[in-house]
Amino acid sequence: MKRTLSVLVENRPGVLSRVAGLFSRRGYNIDSLAVGRTENPAISRMTIVVDGDEQIIEQVGKQLNKLIDVIKISDITNDPYVGRELILIKVNADPSVRGEIMQIVDIFRARIVDIARNSLIIEATGDADKIDAIENSLRPFGIREVVRTGKIAMLRGAKTRGMEASGNGTGE
Amino acid sequence: MAQGNSGRTGARAVIEALLDEGVELVFGYPGGAVLPLYHELARTPIRHILVRQEQNAVHAASGYARTSGRTGVCFATSGPGATNLVTGIATAYMDSVPVVIFTGQVPTRMVGSDAFQETDITGITIPITKHNYLVKDVEELPRIVKEAFYIASTGRPGPVLVDIPKDVALAPCRAPVPDRVELRGYKPTYQGHPGQLRALARSLGEAERPLIFAGGGVQVSRAEDYLRQIVEKLQIPVVTSLTGLGSFPEDNPLSLGMVGLHGKPCANHALMECDFLMGLGVRFDDRVTGALEKFAPRARIAHVDIDPAEIGKNVRVDLPLVGDISCILKELLPLVEPAGHGPWLKRIKELRNLYPLTYGRGGEVRPQWVIERLGEMTRGQAIITTDVGQHQMWAALFYGFTEPRTFISSCGLGTMGYGLPAAVGAVLARPDKQVWLITGDGSFQMSMAELGTAREQGLPLKILLFNNHSLAMVRQLQHFYYERQYTAIEFTGNPDFVRLAECYGAEGLRISKQEEVVPVLARAMGNDRLTLIECLISPEEIVYPMVPEGAALDEMILPE
Amino acid sequence: MDTVFGIPGGSVLPLYHELAVASIRHILTRHEQAAAHAADGYARASGKPGVCIATSGPGATNLVTGIANAYMDSIPLVAITGQVSVAMIGRDSFQEADITGITLPVTKANYLVKNVHDLAATIHEAFYIATTGRPGPVLIDIPKDITTQRALFRYPPKLHLPGYRCKVQPHALQVAQAAAAIGAAEKPLLFIGGGVITSGAHEEVRQLAEGQDIPVVMSMMGKGGFPETHPLFAGMVGMHGTAAANYAMCETDLLIGVGVRFDDRVTGKVEAFAPKAKIIHIDIDAAEIGKVVQAHIPIVSDARQGLAAILEKLPGKGEHQAWRQQIRRWQEENPLRYEKGGLKPQYVLEELYNLTKGQAIICTDVGQHQMWAVQYYPLSRPRTFLSSCGLGTMGFGVPAAMGAAVARPGETVVVITGDGSFQMNIQELATISHYQLPVKIIIMNNGYLGMVRQWQEFFFDRRYAYSEMLGNPDFVKVAEAYRIPGRLVNESREVVPALEEALAAEGPFLVDVRIDREENVYPMVPPGGTLNKMVTGGKGA
Repeated sequence: MKRTLSVLVENRPGVLSRVAGLFSRRGYNIDSLAVGRTENPAISRMTIVVDGDEQIIEQVGKQLNKLIDVIKISDITNDPYVGRELILIKVNADPSVRGEIMQIVDIFRARIVDIARNSLIIEATGDADKIDAIENSLRPFGIREVVRTGKIAMLRGAKTRGMEASGNGTGE
Repeated sequence: MAQGNSGRTGARAVIEALLDEGVELVFGYPGGAVLPLYHELARTPIRHILVRQEQNAVHAASGYARTSGRTGVCFATSGPGATNLVTGIATAYMDSVPVVIFTGQVPTRMVGSDAFQETDITGITIPITKHNYLVKDVEELPRIVKEAFYIASTGRPGPVLVDIPKDVALAPCRAPVPDRVELRGYKPTYQGHPGQLRALARSLGEAERPLIFAGGGVQVSRAEDYLRQIVEKLQIPVVTSLTGLGSFPEDNPLSLGMVGLHGKPCANHALMECDFLMGLGVRFDDRVTGALEKFAPRARIAHVDIDPAEIGKNVRVDLPLVGDISCILKELLPLVEPAGHGPWLKRIKELRNLYPLTYGRGGEVRPQWVIERLGEMTRGQAIITTDVGQHQMWAALFYGFTEPRTFISSCGLGTMGYGLPAAVGAVLARPDKQVWLITGDGSFQMSMAELGTAREQGLPLKILLFNNHSLAMVRQLQHFYYERQYTAIEFTGNPDFVRLAECYGAEGLRISKQEEVVPVLARAMGNDRLTLIECLISPEEIVYPMVPEGAALDEMILPE
Repeated sequence: MDTVFGIPGGSVLPLYHELAVASIRHILTRHEQAAAHAADGYARASGKPGVCIATSGPGATNLVTGIANAYMDSIPLVAITGQVSVAMIGRDSFQEADITGITLPVTKANYLVKNVHDLAATIHEAFYIATTGRPGPVLIDIPKDITTQRALFRYPPKLHLPGYRCKVQPHALQVAQAAAAIGAAEKPLLFIGGGVITSGAHEEVRQLAEGQDIPVVMSMMGKGGFPETHPLFAGMVGMHGTAAANYAMCETDLLIGVGVRFDDRVTGKVEAFAPKAKIIHIDIDAAEIGKVVQAHIPIVSDARQGLAAILEKLPGKGEHQAWRQQIRRWQEENPLRYEKGGLKPQYVLEELYNLTKGQAIICTDVGQHQMWAVQYYPLSRPRTFLSSCGLGTMGFGVPAAMGAAVARPGETVVVITGDGSFQMNIQELATISHYQLPVKIIIMNNGYLGMVRQWQEFFFDRRYAYSEMLGNPDFVKVAEAYRIPGRLVNESREVVPALEEALAAEGPFLVDVRIDREENVYPMVPPGGTLNKMVTGGKGA
């Protein structure tokens, strides 16, 4: 079961290695991790996609919460949220197939961001399914290189944070 | 060129913060990068204990902290000074001991260049500290020191490391030590959830065969009195983990002693038969539970702990309660009705008779017997530190602890070499108490250099060293699990420990016959000197009971 | 692999069970840190990888200093640790420590083996990585249940390590440039480091020095890479280097750094380092080049191959008489010297040198005695100086000597140590006694952390904050408690007889020398200072 955690952390050196180290030390599986500054430059947000059963996810939340630099953890999996990944694909494209490629690009509302004699770089954003789909569609042309970010996510509507997984085992 | 700058430097700010925290003792070892701190330390009334290896500075600070309930402090230099701390820090981390460690670091501009005596100690200790800091701006130093003490000593305590580059320590510092700590990401829960508290009270009232399982958290939160009141009001028997020894007096009829892999037989049986188990400040370690799926099979489990991550980590919990044990027991007391639990206590009595604690076969001098005598002669009131191995289990099983904070041992990490430095810390924390180190020849050698520290400080420690010329706990495992093929366990190069002790100005005594036990112990108790007793025992001694791997707690191997 | 050093414990027992039936010698140390240092000493003395074994938790964490030490000095070391069973990992189990996480910053690579079928390949990889390229420590963490499962143990025919490239040929163009620069230089200087020892380039160093008439200086790691009694040798450079070497560094117009990393103890103030020189830097680790000082001609290669390639381009002889004479004059004007009278550590080392004819393997701890040993015991063979140079680990000397004694039976192995350092691994006397390792221990005993005291004298208003070691035992009596003979030396005239007795003894021996307590190490370049501004003895700073 994949869960998406949105984690607010202090924007300090070493925070990423503390979080990454925790996952490897406790044997949790990270699917993806993306991190960047928030509207407050002193705070960063990590979006972590974790694979594991309920007991593991609960432990992940509680253990993360013990890190002093972790301010807040929200499990937003079941909340309505916008989730996006970004992919850059360098694909073989001699002039004979460019038209076909551009159609695919249009369908996925992606963009061509670099053109060379025999290749193109295509940029696409979307959820994981869409990213997988565009990658698959371009594969027949010959993909030379793929660079892909982890997922970032934001709750829909005016709400700015989701359910807390702060792990006070007493429940509410 | 002088680096001992006048004016208020970062180093002085650190020392001010230490004074502010009421620190009276620092354990450490000087070296190039930490000299600015030492330079300032020497002007204060804070006492410095020079150890012989940095590892032992943390152990000593840990022994001091566990005995006194205060935060231990140690200093070390960069590079090897810092890496030597690692085992000590990991040991303190596993047993939740509040220690603040200051390490010197190479100057900021050299960090990351593989400079002389440079090590990434914050990187190394991420997995084994509650938190750590590399200080790059001198103005943050006072705040960080304040935070370090706060984090180390509150919530679930643990070690915090502060790494200070030499140039930061020497830079002028204007920032004052703040009055309070502001940490967005750290807010420990102390008060229990009222609904859960009522549920706990209800469950305790309904239980027919309740059992309390007390761990290290009880002593951390100083909840021993509340525990005793609950036990007496409800007449519930108590078992403890290794770290829980001392949280409930073993001479109380409701005390069943330690449970687990080498737990007392009646304690293990009671745990298997109880219908309600209340874990207080325990973490259901694998040494306690045996096979997880067979643990406390008839019981609903309540788990009270200040660390929410411990709840549900190893065993399924029916009734979780996050908070400080003192707070929770205090609030629980008025919620419960007095009870008798007559049939259950009768059954416990039966279990005691059915499964007494016995020794099994052994040599001329029986270590279990020696420890029982020591327990009697000190009326269970000495502070006992131990190392790790068979002797640790014998001490836990046979001494009979009656007071909190008197059993000081590496329980979670199982660190050989912990005992002697911990005893140094303990005797400094409680000069009014007799402090005994119970150790073995393997463990003792791991930190025996600290005899020099004990001598330098004039500490009247008593050392009871069981010498079987081997790593006998390892031998025991090879006996049971490796076809009695004994590999790499024999210590043929052991010194004459009595002579060795004498080299350090200590009184050296030897026990090789049973009739020598009492007179030699009496002699050691009667003097006020550093004293080492070498007690020769058989390497074939086995620690009984022993729960085999994968078995349930009541499937113990007992002596024939 | 013929010898391993270690201590058994719960989670590593399956391994020991098998070890017992293998034909590998196991040396049981008394603290795991000593096992790591002994394996390190074994590697330094033999050129083969050292191996140490420890159990999970405290056993593993006790290795950390030893591993960090090997890492800083680029020593091939394979550390094998037991771990709790896979299912128990991450639960704070008994004797569990995240040793792969902990050692991330101090290993060349490390592994947590979670599948028994990966074990063979992992071990193969570990030894390969530890010994190739720039050597270093590699740790393999093996959960207990992995060691008890059955699997076909077969080394894979080929290693797949796309991220690890360790075989680099020197670049022809840069070699040609280097040769041309050497041909054109008037004041060339060869600066040799640990890479010369690692790659066995001492012959090539000698050929280059003699063929082109180039004076040689060394880092501490380079000791033994060039005969120190050679007329072209100018001494060690750096904080406690000789005046001639440091002056030469400041005057040279072509510095040829071979297998060095321009450590801060060598360069002093980096901006003022070798200010007149063009720099050739030969190192197998590309990341070392340009890390501290900018190299004009970088050559990424094994020191031996790099030098051999340069030598090929330099068929003729060179001649730098004026430069050589200049250095000779500096040497004559600023010899290493100490005040006579009292009981001087330098004198002890000189006599040791005489009695052993310079042929001993010298192992040191860290502190003043380490510098005196470098200065007053010149060596001429590689792999005869075993010392913790990068990390500066007190306590290294005795276990390293145990490793050397195992690796090089028949050679004289001497530990030069101090009272502070010696106590850090004093328990290893038991190992020495157990295996009757013929290690000669000389303690320069001043009852101080002498180097700390010296720094406090120079830089901290002579406030000797906690650098005095009270409570020391009588070390000779301690040795005797281990059935190791010893001799106490209180006066100068007792030095030679005690050393003679130590060297004549068949097995181990300990000499406790009560040296002048406040003797300092000179010369000294204050930290961050320029190399030609040395404090050269006499009183105070």
